[in-house]
Amino acid sequence: MRYLPKSDAERRQMLDSLGLGSLEDLFAHLPECSRLKRPLNLAAGQSEYEIIDYFRQRAEENATGYPSFLGAGVYHHYRPVVIDALAQRGEFLTAYTPYQPEISQGTLTSIFEFQTMICQLTGMEVANASMYDGSTAMPEAVMMACRVTGRRQAAVARSVHPEYRQVHRTYARRQGLPITELGYDNDTGQIDLAALEAAVDDQTAAVVVQSPNFFGCLEPVGEAARLAHARGALLVVIFTEAVSLGLVEPPADADIVAGELQSFAISPCYGGPYAGVLAAKEKYIRQMPGRLVGQTTDTNGNRAFCLTLATREQHIRREKATSNICTNQALIALMATIFMSLYGKQGLRELAGQNLAKAHYLAAQLEARGARRRFRAPFFNEFVADCGGRSPPEINRRLVEERVVGGLDLGRFYPELAGSMLLCATEVTRRQDMDRLAERFFA
Amino acid sequence: MTPKIRSHISQNEPLLFERSSPGKRGYQLPPLDVPAVDAAAELGSASVRAEISGFPEVSEVEVIRHFTRLSTWNYAIDLGAYPLGSCTMKYNPRLNEYVARLEGLAQAHPYLPSSLAQGALRIQAALEEALGEITGLPAVTLQPAAGAHGELTGILLVRALLETRGHPRRKVLIPDSAHGTNPATAAIAGYQVESVPSDAQGMIDLAELERRVDDTVAALMVTNPNTLGIFESQIVEAAGILHSRGALLYMDGANMNALVGVVRPGDLGIDVMHLNLHKTFSTPHGGGGPGGGPVAVTRELEPFLPLPRVVSRNGLLDYDYDRPQSIGRVRAFYGNFGVLVRALAYILAHGGEGLRNATLDAVLNANYVRRGLEDCYEVPYRAPSMHECVLSDARQAAQGVRTGDIAKRLIDYGFHPYTVSFPLIVHGALMIEPTETEDKRELDLLIEALRQIAQECRDNPELVRTAPHNTRTTRVDEVTAARKPVVRWKPES
Repeated sequence: MRYLPKSDAERRQMLDSLGLGSLEDLFAHLPECSRLKRPLNLAAGQSEYEIIDYFRQRAEENATGYPSFLGAGVYHHYRPVVIDALAQRGEFLTAYTPYQPEISQGTLTSIFEFQTMICQLTGMEVANASMYDGSTAMPEAVMMACRVTGRRQAAVARSVHPEYRQVHRTYARRQGLPITELGYDNDTGQIDLAALEAAVDDQTAAVVVQSPNFFGCLEPVGEAARLAHARGALLVVIFTEAVSLGLVEPPADADIVAGELQSFAISPCYGGPYAGVLAAKEKYIRQMPGRLVGQTTDTNGNRAFCLTLATREQHIRREKATSNICTNQALIALMATIFMSLYGKQGLRELAGQNLAKAHYLAAQLEARGARRRFRAPFFNEFVADCGGRSPPEINRRLVEERVVGGLDLGRFYPELAGSMLLCATEVTRRQDMDRLAERFFA
Repeated sequence: MTPKIRSHISQNEPLLFERSSPGKRGYQLPPLDVPAVDAAAELGSASVRAEISGFPEVSEVEVIRHFTRLSTWNYAIDLGAYPLGSCTMKYNPRLNEYVARLEGLAQAHPYLPSSLAQGALRIQAALEEALGEITGLPAVTLQPAAGAHGELTGILLVRALLETRGHPRRKVLIPDSAHGTNPATAAIAGYQVESVPSDAQGMIDLAELERRVDDTVAALMVTNPNTLGIFESQIVEAAGILHSRGALLYMDGANMNALVGVVRPGDLGIDVMHLNLHKTFSTPHGGGGPGGGPVAVTRELEPFLPLPRVVSRNGLLDYDYDRPQSIGRVRAFYGNFGVLVRALAYILAHGGEGLRNATLDAVLNANYVRRGLEDCYEVPYRAPSMHECVLSDARQAAQGVRTGDIAKRLIDYGFHPYTVSFPLIVHGALMIEPTETEDKRELDLLIEALRQIAQECRDNPELVRTAPHNTRTTRVDEVTAARKPVVRWKPES
């Protein structure tokens, strides 16, 4: 086996030093009944070429090179080549969690930069080193709000990503943390503020909204914050489209921001790995889950970084920890950090502007052919189109025949929105493909 | 042998924010092929942000230099042995990185209709099947994003099953040698944690277990081999005790690298376990993630697995969302798919026999290191080692040198330290896991380094206590970092 770096002669030498006759003798102390008495029923080991061939075949069974109008929490953006060139350096790729700061300053410094940029982007004061993804950052944010407030209930907008809400339900249910869902305004597509006001009381730990929301609409974050804070609840703001933060006012009125960085040069990769964000007001730092990197000095007085406030974490606090999270998404967070460095202050704004322009062009083309926009609220790079009595699955089926991937059939998650489709356009969506989609939409 | 290290130039590098100056850029967008939009008009002027204060402005070559210089400040498997116990820092094959980046896999959107995602579904089905064979358990979910996430999934499954039997019960038993994630997980799943002392051999104390397991106990979470690197030889009996009282046996698969192809947890009476793809199955740790934490279960637990499940319909693979007993989703979409691709590539490269050979070499390496060190360091538990060995600093402590100091001194010899002060049941533990991908020369250098350090502890303990001496960063002040947390850069005012 090519990954095993020993010759049989070396194995023999090593066994001799142990006084053993064979490798099998290493397991002689295991009870006989516990040992597998046959070879694993798996194919024989393969060469690189054969394995690449296998995965090429699988890759060809997925739609490749189709123009796509899918967004819904995962976005097609351009990935600068510099990102992989750097993130594939073995010193980043094959290092462990930086528990030994003297030989991990590369990872630690980049995480410190990541934490800083996430604060700058979101308007929060502190950010952790990353969560698994946006969907798991959300329940972690709600549990954090429960710890901060000493309350147990969450009021969650239905315009938050449906799969995020499903993950939140899984986490909350077994802990007996009640969830109230808040409807959206049928006209604007934004959270129903009257319902929010009515639902929030002195038992509410967190109000959760997403902006831009699942329908692509900007939410009235300031108003939601005012209503939450009036009852002593925290506002948790979710984002799934990080590029929007290049242009859209950050949710600075939130107490906790939880989001997904996939848009920052992370391949869609059929759902992961991505990187989750958890950022908050500084006063809540000791209730945050996950790893944090802090600045300090070494014995020579040089600036240095290390993991800090570890007394929140499972390896120290065990069952009293703020979370059970251990492994996070450091390498993906590094990719996002490199992305943010390349685009920088001007680039992220310009990129967001292109996304805004493309999505508004697509909406205008569809509207010109009679597809009404379902919601009135301002939108960033995705929007809901009313298919005018046509069935979204049927429209998508026809588009696939022309090698185009349409939008998301919203009936999948919102029965009352069957007949509507969520469509996304980003900087990589070409005008000619949008024109073709508009032409074929009602064909 | 040639010593492992000598010094070379190490570049200084400011933070990106300190490199930044207005107007520099590291990107170029193509011209917009549609009319530009006035953001203030479309979104409302109050919704458009001012510039991102403090955000960097740097050029492409500076980005390359910045992160390349940072990277040289890291130790990594690619540079040498990384013998962190319980972390399984093995070689990360580059083939895995290559196949995970194939366009049809990397660019696949998770909401593609399943007819256009058959390749992604087949990869999942193939990996589920392989992991089922390796664990000896019939059903596998690939959704959990990491080991601790798999633990949470597993304990939620236990809870869901017990609920259908009438009551979820109150407690989860956890040996005192367990990883911290185990008790943290049980707490998040809504259970009280009861710590169970190990016996004099460092194993599960069956008598103690007999005494504690009653109808308030939902499960025992056990790591096998345990964190001492010792195989739990009475695991089958422990399973019997739990099952006879309606409780379940959870196995933390962090140490599965000792068992693949030799022992199948399902054959031992394990009901549910997680695997760490970033340990046993070679996907890179990446400085802390991403990982993958598949969970394997018995038939009895299968109905409760997270949805959706991959199923075969009319010759095509598809997702089944109609799972009324499912605990629900634990993550959006289908887990860390890119990590799953890498793990499958690893399994295909080895094949069944290769996986078993890797296990044999992993156990050989751990025992070889132990043999090389046992006259210099205390071996607190005498049972044979599996994939890792645990020593203690008892002899060195007499000279005022602790395991943490020895670890720092090991850095000076060109190695990443072992796991320090864990498991908690060994005072001053040195937990060493070489993995199978270390060659004999690297192991001999590691043994020699630790032997020399033991000598230094006798001759010049101060040298060890103040280590490392050869690194660009010396010991850092972690106390001040925690007392006055500075967790983001701010411009000097």
